[in-house]
Amino acid sequence: MLTSTNPGAFTAQSIPKSPRLDLVVVANMVEPGSRVLDVGCGDGELLQLLSETRDVDARGIEISRDGVNECVAKGLAVIQGDADTDLADYPDNTFDYVILSQTLQATRKPRWVMEQMLRIGKRVIVSFPNFGHWRIRGQLLWYGRMPITKNLPVSWYDTPNIHFCTIRDFVDLARELDVKIERAVAFGPSGGRVRFDAPWWFWNLFGEQAVFLLSRKH
Amino acid sequence: MSIVRIERDQKHSRAEIIRREADEPRSKLVRFGKDKPLKLDAGVELAPYQIAYQTYGELNADRSNAILICHALTGDQHVHNVHPVTGKDGWWDSIVGPGLPIDTDRFFIICSNVLGGCMGTTGPASKNEATGEPYGLSFPVVTIRDMVRAQAALLDHLGIDQLLCVTGGSMGGMQVLQWAVTYPERIFSALPIASAARHSAQNIAFHEVGRQAVMADPDWRNGKYLTEGTSPHRGLAVARMAAHITYLSDAALHRKFGRRLQDRELPTFGFDADFQVENYLRYQGSSFVERFDANSYLYITRAMDYFDLAGEHGDVLANAFRKLKSRVCMVSFTSDWLFPTEEARQIVHALNAAGAPVSFAEIETDKGHDAFLLDEPELFAIVRGFLDAAAKKRGVKAPK
Repeated sequence: MLTSTNPGAFTAQSIPKSPRLDLVVVANMVEPGSRVLDVGCGDGELLQLLSETRDVDARGIEISRDGVNECVAKGLAVIQGDADTDLADYPDNTFDYVILSQTLQATRKPRWVMEQMLRIGKRVIVSFPNFGHWRIRGQLLWYGRMPITKNLPVSWYDTPNIHFCTIRDFVDLARELDVKIERAVAFGPSGGRVRFDAPWWFWNLFGEQAVFLLSRKH
Repeated sequence: MSIVRIERDQKHSRAEIIRREADEPRSKLVRFGKDKPLKLDAGVELAPYQIAYQTYGELNADRSNAILICHALTGDQHVHNVHPVTGKDGWWDSIVGPGLPIDTDRFFIICSNVLGGCMGTTGPASKNEATGEPYGLSFPVVTIRDMVRAQAALLDHLGIDQLLCVTGGSMGGMQVLQWAVTYPERIFSALPIASAARHSAQNIAFHEVGRQAVMADPDWRNGKYLTEGTSPHRGLAVARMAAHITYLSDAALHRKFGRRLQDRELPTFGFDADFQVENYLRYQGSSFVERFDANSYLYITRAMDYFDLAGEHGDVLANAFRKLKSRVCMVSFTSDWLFPTEEARQIVHALNAAGAPVSFAEIETDKGHDAFLLDEPELFAIVRGFLDAAAKKRGVKAPK
């Protein structure tokens, strides 16, 4: 299933400043000059990175008013909207890439959102925190409590994340949706990348974050 | 708050002041002769006609830094200078000026009085050359599109092919959207604020109340008051009072006035303006009639009522924007019930469907529709960011 992670494509040197690693990984999956929609774009960090380094026509949707206004003030093309409903308004194949960065777990209908993204984009990039990472498993196992980590610092009662999944869960969803996984990257807390030839169970245990590049088979 | 009335120049009647400002405005002016008629949606040609306008800042060498501001129903071209009739500061001084978001140091800013207005652009108060008398109701009914056509004629006169941005709030936003539909190639970007792609039934209804108030005033004289030397100021003041309520929110009115009494401890048990809010509205009404022509009010409210961009395009709004490549940023305010966020969202969906690069920000405020005229830091940041990005994308150089 895993076709290639193409380690050569990962060149952090090409990116100025030092943006978050997961954003760099996502940005490097995007062909320069393409049309991109970032669903749940927050304060526009990824959009800015994409516009600056990949010369893309970048658009965003963000649910929080503060996030949108910050993006617009940065000169980014972002609209206020809810991924759980508003994706239905976009025509088919509007974008080359539709990106869901660290947002999947916060949607009410992750499967529906995925289907919509695959409809309006030729390719879909999803990055998410892996709930199957050993630290998270460890916290549940040893303390019997909902895990709190550096990446997921919010208590269960305050978190916007309502649909956590593991890398293996996500691969299962990709199978169900009958999509092709063109590329996948997983990395640990220090940014060390999980070996691309490792099996899924290994990824699931040692990848704290995962990024998938998907496309429709049909 | 106490009543402050604009002291009218006692030598001249209201009618004289209105006529003078309509024909010989204290403003920049361009006159188009009979050889350059303006084709109107009503199917007639208007000629001769004139456009009164103001400019701020300087046009740069490649003429790429021009921004057109479109004014609202009761606004005018005096965006950033002392108003010649009222003596008040410009209506958008908060956002237009040196170093401000619409930066007069970097951009060349144009604002013209709308067609049908009463501050120097041809309208019902202007002299009809054929008769030597003010047009009154013989002035053709104009539309938002006609207003925009007149603005395009002004740009031709100024030698500007493409605007860096066209912006405006309320009816100004309608003109911005009309620009995006009628002259998509002439705008690099568009920034409509607190506006809609059509006038709603509720808004038409409010306008009709205002028009009826004007026409019910016996001094209106079937629209011939300027010739007869009367002034339907009572009717126009009522129209303004009713409209003004719609520009504010319940919360803003309550915060400003509550149920407080005006300069008194107890109610008078009469119909004097006991409440501060009454006093405020009376002031709004009485100051408005000193600077605005009643017939202009009828014509411009009508133009807004007729506005329906989707209607021009088979009721599919996205089709209206098919040729648009310009960047658009739509802004709405949470407490604006005259042009609610839902209307803005429909425009954004249509622009998205048409593939135009669009941003949309809803600003949280309790100030209602009028928020676009007020000190709203979030609006300022958005306007600044949007214009900066547009100027950067277009490679705009500052004037020498």
